[in-house]
Amino acid sequence: MDSEPLVHELSSPGRRGVRPPLPQFQAVDPADALPASEIRADLRLPEVSEIDVMRHFLRLSHRNHSVDTAMYPLGSCTMKYNPKVNEVTARTPGLADIHPYQAEDTVQGALALIFELEALLAEITGFSAVSTQPSAGSQGELVGLLAILAWHESRGQTRTQVLVPDSAHGTNPATGSMSGLQVVNLPTAADGGIDLRDLDERLGPNAAALMLTLPSTLGLFERRIQQVVERVHASGALVYCDGANMNAMLGRVRPADLGIDVMHLNLHKTFSTPHGGGGPGAGALGVQPFLEAFLPGPRVVRRGGGYALADVSDDSIGRVHAHLGNFGNLVRAYTYIRSLGAAGLRAAADGAVLNANYLRARLADDYDLPYDRPCMHEVVFAGTRQRRQGVRTLDIAKRLIDFGIHPPTIYFPTIVDEALMIEPTETESRESLDRFVEVMRQIAREAATEPDTLKAAPVNAPVRRLDEATANRRPDVRLASEFGG
Amino acid sequence: MYPDDLRYTREHEWVRAAGRPWIVGITHYAQEELGDVVYVELPSVGAHFAAGDEFGVVESVKAVSALYLPVDGEIVEVNPQLEAQPELINDEPYGQGWMVKVAPSGEGELDDLLDAAAYRRLVNELRA
Repeated sequence: MDSEPLVHELSSPGRRGVRPPLPQFQAVDPADALPASEIRADLRLPEVSEIDVMRHFLRLSHRNHSVDTAMYPLGSCTMKYNPKVNEVTARTPGLADIHPYQAEDTVQGALALIFELEALLAEITGFSAVSTQPSAGSQGELVGLLAILAWHESRGQTRTQVLVPDSAHGTNPATGSMSGLQVVNLPTAADGGIDLRDLDERLGPNAAALMLTLPSTLGLFERRIQQVVERVHASGALVYCDGANMNAMLGRVRPADLGIDVMHLNLHKTFSTPHGGGGPGAGALGVQPFLEAFLPGPRVVRRGGGYALADVSDDSIGRVHAHLGNFGNLVRAYTYIRSLGAAGLRAAADGAVLNANYLRARLADDYDLPYDRPCMHEVVFAGTRQRRQGVRTLDIAKRLIDFGIHPPTIYFPTIVDEALMIEPTETESRESLDRFVEVMRQIAREAATEPDTLKAAPVNAPVRRLDEATANRRPDVRLASEFGG
Repeated sequence: MYPDDLRYTREHEWVRAAGRPWIVGITHYAQEELGDVVYVELPSVGAHFAAGDEFGVVESVKAVSALYLPVDGEIVEVNPQLEAQPELINDEPYGQGWMVKVAPSGEGELDDLLDAAAYRRLVNELRA
């Protein structure tokens, strides 16, 4: 495939798109208004027509991979299809064309939506209160840990450690460090769960919390969850749950019922709002009643016959996001929950778990399974058999691109050698799962018989294998100098 | 691949204790498992660590991994070349890819480390 030129390379002197009318006001001479150092004689903007721009960006978009194009089994990211009805509601003028600082009586619908969404998320998780202010899972984690620390402090306790199993999301230890805590690693037991004796050894008067990813990044539910929660509470610490994998449990498990104290939800995973590419996320945070006072504010409350923004108590950790979170994503998540209903959400979780186990069973003869037991919403294989044939997991991932499938997460969790972390989600059909299985089996055959094919992959993509090492070691993101870079 | 004059940890660091200070880096096996190293974060000169403490971080295109100091001691020098040329860790793990020089607190700890034969056995087990 030809490479797409930079839009600057399409430039032709004097060519332009829209010609706006001449201004009706008196032009200001820049020299009168700005210091000379701020005035440039030459601004090298591309000169292109509207159709040049349209075709350039549309061609680029065709080279993009999205779940709207093909399967995207990126483990732990839950790249499920985002129903387009979400976009319809998010574009409703009364929700899209409002300003965060409008008078409350003119945005009652938006406030009602936040209030109702928080109530729905509370019902789904069992927590007594939910804040939709955090704008990402990682921010939800930070807010959760800060709330836990504020609670300890309110009881006159200073605790300096957070326990994190090595099967947790990578953000968990990072959040611990960001919160000023010492991160204590909990090694995973042979069955993929937490070793209770190990937990006992590390719990002590300094432990503020256990941060548990449930189900874990091995795609496994913690079967000893009740004993874990009891032990953590007995030591005076709290249990934080990374709820990024809630898609596996909707309608089946309410984390608050397990005794978990705080949990974030990734609305952009479980509740089908768009994510990826660094776009806005939403990391709603649920807490048990004794932690409500520590949630960020302001909070939406019922007042009179309507809704209002209420300041929070002095115990609150304060505001963590401008305005009220990523409101557009809240609208989409609300739409998803309301359009599926309770039965639909439960069916989504059941389908996610069934699909992952279908792949686990059908690929078990071709790839190693380090933790060979029924999984939840994702399954972790190891490319160890293929490594002995001279092929690395990276090569397997690159080869998938040739078949139009987005590679799964690789080399994570780090406790699995040559990990392939596959999350098909509930939105893939039996037929598309079967095609994935056929492709993965073909790749396994190629690893055994023609490993060089895998090492050369991808060959059918817009670009071949990129030199990631040089890109990282000597990054150069300037435009070529001839375009003014 | 695993020089006889070095001592090794189960976490894949090596120590060269021919003279003072001792020199520390990561093994051939470690650099191969990491893949292309793109960044290494090393401690400040003067920092003290106990044996087994995390003294830095190495980042490759694949993963970010902690570096553990094999012995008690004080950092007296860090490899200044690694900031601009982290690929030295892949190219010459026992030469120009060294990481830190340590003034050890004692001598006895070397006995707790693996010799080359024992480390080779460990790598063979991991590769099996």
